[in-house]
Amino acid sequence: MDFPEDLRYTREHEWARKKGSSFVVGITDFAQSQLGDVVYVELPDVGDPVKKGESFGVVESTKAVSELFAPLSGKVVEVNDPLSDAPETVNEDPYEEGWMIVIAPSDPKELESLMDAKAYRAFVEEQE
Amino acid sequence: MANPTGWKPSMEKDAKGGGAALEPTGAGLATRGLAHEEPLLFERGSTGRSGVSLPAPAGGADPAAAIPAALRRDAVEGLPEISELEAIRHFTRLSSWNHGIDTGFYPLGSCTMKYNPKSSEALARLAGFANLHPLAPAEMAQGALELMWRLERALSEIAGFDATTLSPAAGAHGELCGLMVIRAYHVARGNPRKKVLIPDTAHGTNPASSALNGYEVVQLASGPDGRLHPEAVAAAMDEDVAAIMLTNPNTLGIFESHIQEIARIVHAKGGLVYGDGANMNALLGVARPGDMGFDVIQYNLHKTFATPHGGGGPGSGPVAVKAALAPFLPLPAVVKDGETYRLVSDPKERPQSVGRLREFWGNFAMFVRAWALIREYGPEGLAQTGRLAVLNANYVRALLRGTYHLPYETDSLHEVVFDDAQQKETGVTTMDVAKRLIDHGFHPPTIYFPLVVHGAIMIEPTETESKETLERFADAMRAIAEEAKADPEAVKAAPTRPIRARLDETRAARKPVLRWRPGMKVE
Amino acid sequence: MRYHPHTPEDVRAMLDAVGAKSLDDLFRSIPQPLRLARPLDVPPALDEISLFAEFRRLAGRNDVAHPPFAGAGCYPHHVPPVVDQLLLRGELFTAYTPYQPEISQGTLQALFEWQTFVCLLTGMDVSNASMYDGATATAEAALMATRLTGRRKIVVSAALHPEYRKVLATYLRSTHDEVATVPFGADGRTDLAALEEAADGETACVIAGWPNFLGVVEPLPEIAAVARKAGALTVAATAEAVALGALQAPGALGADVAVGTFQSFGNPMSFGGPSPGFFATRESNVRQMPGRICGATLDKHGRRGFVLTLSTREQHIRREKATSNICTNSGLTALAATIHLALLGKKGLARLARLNLERAALLREAMARAGCAPVFSGPTFNEAVYDVGDAEAVVTRLAKRGIVAGAPLARWYPDLPRAKGALLCVATELHSPELIELFAKSVRG
Repeated sequence: MDFPEDLRYTREHEWARKKGSSFVVGITDFAQSQLGDVVYVELPDVGDPVKKGESFGVVESTKAVSELFAPLSGKVVEVNDPLSDAPETVNEDPYEEGWMIVIAPSDPKELESLMDAKAYRAFVEEQE
Repeated sequence: MANPTGWKPSMEKDAKGGGAALEPTGAGLATRGLAHEEPLLFERGSTGRSGVSLPAPAGGADPAAAIPAALRRDAVEGLPEISELEAIRHFTRLSSWNHGIDTGFYPLGSCTMKYNPKSSEALARLAGFANLHPLAPAEMAQGALELMWRLERALSEIAGFDATTLSPAAGAHGELCGLMVIRAYHVARGNPRKKVLIPDTAHGTNPASSALNGYEVVQLASGPDGRLHPEAVAAAMDEDVAAIMLTNPNTLGIFESHIQEIARIVHAKGGLVYGDGANMNALLGVARPGDMGFDVIQYNLHKTFATPHGGGGPGSGPVAVKAALAPFLPLPAVVKDGETYRLVSDPKERPQSVGRLREFWGNFAMFVRAWALIREYGPEGLAQTGRLAVLNANYVRALLRGTYHLPYETDSLHEVVFDDAQQKETGVTTMDVAKRLIDHGFHPPTIYFPLVVHGAIMIEPTETESKETLERFADAMRAIAEEAKADPEAVKAAPTRPIRARLDETRAARKPVLRWRPGMKVE
Repeated sequence: MRYHPHTPEDVRAMLDAVGAKSLDDLFRSIPQPLRLARPLDVPPALDEISLFAEFRRLAGRNDVAHPPFAGAGCYPHHVPPVVDQLLLRGELFTAYTPYQPEISQGTLQALFEWQTFVCLLTGMDVSNASMYDGATATAEAALMATRLTGRRKIVVSAALHPEYRKVLATYLRSTHDEVATVPFGADGRTDLAALEEAADGETACVIAGWPNFLGVVEPLPEIAAVARKAGALTVAATAEAVALGALQAPGALGADVAVGTFQSFGNPMSFGGPSPGFFATRESNVRQMPGRICGATLDKHGRRGFVLTLSTREQHIRREKATSNICTNSGLTALAATIHLALLGKKGLARLARLNLERAALLREAMARAGCAPVFSGPTFNEAVYDVGDAEAVVTRLAKRGIVAGAPLARWYPDLPRAKGALLCVATELHSPELIELFAKSVRG
């Protein structure tokens, strides 16, 4: 299981990575392994508002469906459109090519409430 | 010397010499049969063929001349062109790829896969039933109306209620109906209320039906014994709760023995108790939901009364209610005036009715089959059905305990739920056990449901299975448990006997191919 | 009891293995006061001979001497015996929902073929594995339209089957979605001007019959254009599916959803149920479609096979957020329709549709000779409304002669001009020219 050091993590297994003044968001390696083969990803449109802790989309495997929860509040400025044709990218490369959206945060300080890699690793181990 | 057959002694010698050992027969007596590949209907045939005999059109003036040309077509492109025999072979071959109750044991938990009597089929096909139009005047349909009237009363009696509607088309449609009736009842008292309480062991249709009625779902946790406890209900119960939805026995096959206390708690706050009758088979002639505090229950005629499952329906989901809810039942209703029967379908006669739930009067052909079985059983046969269904489940439980882990020690009624905890270290999962059962000649049980049991294996044998069949099934389950230890890879490679090996569901969902088109490819 | 294999010795041995003293002992988890202390009050058991006698008595009290002249959503058609012969193969008949695809390939491939037939006849991209009936399929289409558009108003033609409209109203009651009904004109077609007024920025979909309840062929392209302009979906509902053999596919005329029933293929009337409801739509709507869907895939050796797919839309996974609560559908009746359509094929369906048009034309001529004019001037398929003077009286009179004369429109449209005389009648391949002649004369009195 991979827990990159440069990311922040939510208890719902999303990650956020700083990119300029925005944040790239996806689901963790642990999340994709729990879901199994991802077959469908439903993402918001560019310009949609998102709110920390609230659902911004859905990820589905053949037998399960999970909501995606925003790690930060703000506005969607980029969406990983290729995922709709290649949802398997989420399984293959969850931290890079499998990213989902980019959020322009309304309150960057919200990031501080997220877990760092060490805390998230401990959280996952506790779950297993 | 003429030898038209081309036979030579060496052929038999070769055949004997090269033969592989016969595979052993499965515990369910399955062997590898001769099966044919068969293309789609649209991939066979030849231009100009047809498999029907119809009068020749009279010809002459175009009878559709009045229809604008842009709204017409002469033929539907893509339809198959095959002879009658080609059609017969096609579907006969397809049928040989299926496992039905008529093929072998089908212990699919919560689905009550009991034998479908052939006399019920013959009776439903009597011309007087099959060829009757739903708008035939009542005087031309007295037999059908009498049958519906009698079936309604019998269903009320069997579950202990005051009135029954036959209208809903399936169990989930019955749930929708029951919740509409509950909603209408509350609306008539001034407030539809907001929430429905549903335990974590419930069928997925329960929350979905609640949501369709605009109710918020509150999930209740069941206790360590697999039962719902009154404290959990009391904690969630308030005057915003319209109803609680319970399956009794629940999907673990366990009787909700606190039902009276739960009903008292719900009723005290003005709520109603809805019963999902999916598991009614366990109670037939033994106990009645109407005597336990339920206000509404839906039947599944294809489960309890053996109307055919048909590869996914049609079902029939009559709803039985207490007198206070009867005015809200959907239309139509059958009434008896003196010696004649008639349908009430005018809302003026039933102003509080929730209205119409489907076209016409219900899945009538299923009513004929269900009534036939009730008539054949009589009171003693019905009670014996409940008892033997429970005996069979408990016998399987006794045969398999020790080999498979039993997550709940509580008494089982008509079904028993095991899991794969004891197989964990072999790497063999519930899915693998299920697939290996296929090679033995059995349909797998319901798996991974109820959700409260990790790796659930839910077995419902039903009363129509013999002791020997249950023993062979247990033999297969034990053989698989042994094989999981000795050769887990062999279990994981299952099934090997059917016409197809494990199918790639991920591929199906990622790149959906949902219909034939010319040149169709699955890659 | 022939369905219970247990001998007394079996029961004893099984009870011993279970550790119970008696069958009653197995029910100890049910508190004693909750158990039934008496036999159920249902009639006594019957042997097979007596059972058949009783059911023949009941069936004999239904008069089915002649094919009915009533259609109105349920149609008398010839069902070739091949259909039943194949339908009754136990492997298909006694299977359930194909949860285990490896031993359900027969059911699954047949479902895939059903979905294809629905798509070919309706001109749509995708179909589900069947619905309860045409009325509930229509209600589900309206609910799908509200999900897709985020709008809450449903516009229906008054000429849509009245039972479909009633069921729609029942389904929408708890969601508080609004239903607006648009009248039809003297030609029996939906009033386009009124439709244009009703279909607005709040409208999720417009629903019309194809053909409609009055038997009339709607101006579907114009209806779809009005809907599209308002940003709403067009739903075409077909109760008489044989019409799709002569009428253009609704999908080719601008409809976004096609619903209805294929009862006319392979399924007897059976007093109105069961029947194979269908639901088809455009590819882009597939994830909002209700019900089960079968899809093609490969097995691990690379051979083509079929599975249920896209199931995350459904209640067993998404629970209260599912696209519908539907679970069991109408599998067996869909199989009957699939078999009948396979037999008919391209040529047979065209001929069947033509025959229906011809017999309806014969009925129109015979009724004209009897002095009964059509009530609506619009074009029709095999059903039309005639002015017979007093429709209810005709129905009662013909019932005595063993004929179901039709559906008196006043039952659903009491305010219609000339409602009293309006009788909706069908003629299909089952109505011989002689019977049609006899019928028209009898209507006259």
